[in-house]
Amino acid sequence: MPIPLSYTLRNLAARKLTTLLTSGGMALVVFVFATVLMLEEGLRKTLVETGSMDNAVVTRRSAGTEVQSVIDREQAAIVENQPEVANGIDGARLASKETIVLISLVKRDSDKASNVLIRGVGQKGIELRPQVGIVEGRMFSPGSAEIIAGKSIAERYHGARVGEILRFGQREWTVVGIMDAGRTGFDSEIWGDADQLMQAFRRPVYSSVIVKLNDARGFSAFKNRIEADPRLTLEAKQENVFYAEQSKVLANFIRYLGLILSIIFSIGAIIGAMITMYASVAHRTTEIGTLRALGFRRATILLTFLIEALMLGAAGGVVGLILASFMQFFTISTMNWQSFSELAFSFTLNAAIIAKSLAFALIMGVVGGVLPAARAARLDIVDSLRAA
Amino acid sequence: MHFLKLILRNTLRHKLRSGLTVLGLVVAIIAFGLLRTVVDAWYAGAEGASSTRLITRNAISLVFPLPINYQERIRKVDGVSAISHASWFGGVYVSEKNFFPQFAVDAKTYFDLYPEYVIAPQEMKAFRADRKGCVIGRKLANTHGFKVGDTIPLRGTIYPGSWNFTIRAIYDGAESATDTSQFFFHWNYLNETMKKAVARRTDWIGVYVIQISDPDKAAEISDEVDAMFRNSLAETLTETEKAFQLGFVSMTEAIVIAIRIVSFVVIFIILAVMANTMAMTARERIREYATLKALGFGPCFLAGLIYGESLMIALAGAAIGIVLTFPVAAQFSEQVGTLFPVFGVSRETVYMQAAAAAAVGLAASVLPALRAARVPIVDGLRSIG
Repeated sequence: MPIPLSYTLRNLAARKLTTLLTSGGMALVVFVFATVLMLEEGLRKTLVETGSMDNAVVTRRSAGTEVQSVIDREQAAIVENQPEVANGIDGARLASKETIVLISLVKRDSDKASNVLIRGVGQKGIELRPQVGIVEGRMFSPGSAEIIAGKSIAERYHGARVGEILRFGQREWTVVGIMDAGRTGFDSEIWGDADQLMQAFRRPVYSSVIVKLNDARGFSAFKNRIEADPRLTLEAKQENVFYAEQSKVLANFIRYLGLILSIIFSIGAIIGAMITMYASVAHRTTEIGTLRALGFRRATILLTFLIEALMLGAAGGVVGLILASFMQFFTISTMNWQSFSELAFSFTLNAAIIAKSLAFALIMGVVGGVLPAARAARLDIVDSLRAA
Repeated sequence: MHFLKLILRNTLRHKLRSGLTVLGLVVAIIAFGLLRTVVDAWYAGAEGASSTRLITRNAISLVFPLPINYQERIRKVDGVSAISHASWFGGVYVSEKNFFPQFAVDAKTYFDLYPEYVIAPQEMKAFRADRKGCVIGRKLANTHGFKVGDTIPLRGTIYPGSWNFTIRAIYDGAESATDTSQFFFHWNYLNETMKKAVARRTDWIGVYVIQISDPDKAAEISDEVDAMFRNSLAETLTETEKAFQLGFVSMTEAIVIAIRIVSFVVIFIILAVMANTMAMTARERIREYATLKALGFGPCFLAGLIYGESLMIALAGAAIGIVLTFPVAAQFSEQVGTLFPVFGVSRETVYMQAAAAAAVGLAASVLPALRAARVPIVDGLRSIG
């Protein structure tokens, strides 16, 4: 017969300060653990959802990023005319020949400069990205010095709100619209007319060509033909894969740093739980003897103390998660090392992260509680009854 | 003396509990020290910057180059004592994870501006004589086991193609803060290769490095250089080397802030553990405290006992933690290789560690000491813990 749960609960309630401090320490560890997972998930979501399965990004071989890539006009034309590329309603190819450069803009809050990606898109550029919508103002008109800014750029940088003017490439560019790309990477970009930007930056070449395929299954045929064509020095990637690769270094950095820290920090919390549980066992030596005398088995005693440790862990886990869930209101904006440009992403909580964090908290409880519980279970009835 | 002995005896009464608490503290102090060192490593480039060097880059952003013919015009500016240039190469050695910075530099002048890169004269001569030679830092050499005479193959990302360089010299840092993870080669070689491959990309460089004789004139000289190229096809932005390096740090500031916050979280975690230990200890001994009071010892004496025990545990943890931080940091630095070119535990970090431990020790015993000082003798004697 098991010992009632209420016995364990009352024990935790009897020493409120100790219970509070022990679970508090665990809550902080769970907070760090969950926050890191949320950050990594936010980054993943931002970049993975930036790309679509049906689109292919063509860049110069081994360029890695669009900024480093160079495609001349003849090569771009060959890519555009591949048979796998879909046609729009107007019969024109669904392809956008784009030019990407980085410009240094100054942040509103800190007055510090950071690199912002500016993308010159073709006529079909916006049609290829259905997730991008204009939420304020209007689309830039082709052939003019007009630009539209992503939502997080408009909020964070001087000169990027509607009606404001940015000066670069010896010209003044008017921001005529704000685009919302549903928290994807395009929120951290500025868009303009490709030909205008190429002129301004004196770049006679494109950076990348984005095409919509008739069918995502046609991608491997498309890729093989592009990469085998002796006239081309290009490579093709599915758009979602391309963006996932862009975040690899940053995502790995966050993950490894976060996991190492969580593990190191958890040692502290586990020691806290051990101290508490050892004390809990020491205080109740007589009680344990009495329980044993009443006929409760060693295994039952072991379980009771383990449950007590688990509850400490669970309390820490729940509190830590509640704290971490507030982080969803924050957005992190940092330079992505690979693209060398600013990227904004937020903390994203999902069911998997909740489950992982709770499991992590329970594991901390068990690891902290197992030795003290074993000591409680090993106590000799006569000795323990005599202890007081 | 008796007082200290009493504290020591008290600390050793619960050996397991005190031992576990010290262990927790050691882990927390090491983690705190490492995190602070990581933050320092972020700023290492700015720390190593010289106040007599200015960097001129394209005003649009760093990815835009500058024409080579600016060099002679900048050289004529009053107060400029020397000029050289460097271009980011961005090649990949075997795979992306082996990242290290590579620059195409003017072999004749570049190293004169960077006296902190110490190169043996005969190696310097060998490098200047070999068009396809390169100079690498000691840390980079150690990470990959490179020796003078080895060939390093790089895959170009900005400058396409396969590139092979022969190591002609290995430089050491004049100070411990000098970045020795870099790779330098002849810009002339890069330029000639580009002339054959993509003619429009010839005669461009990444940034100019300007040496000035008087650091106080940095702002004036910067303005004069930038004014010279205003409204040209490639406008410039000149700033001190330190400001240039800090510009990089500020782009990833969010990460630095996050690491800073996290370094304090670990202190709070250990504070919770330590406070718990002290609360338990005081609770168990409340009867003794009442006895001591009955014997005539004042509340200050009792508080002193508790604070003393707490500080003793905290400082034991801090001492072991600080001593262990150094080997752990050295191991960490070896593991991450060239990712953090400069990774050393600074004196401030050690002070911060000691201060954090002392703060934890004091904060942990506030409540227990208050309780012990206030407990009425009769209640204390009656207490069953």
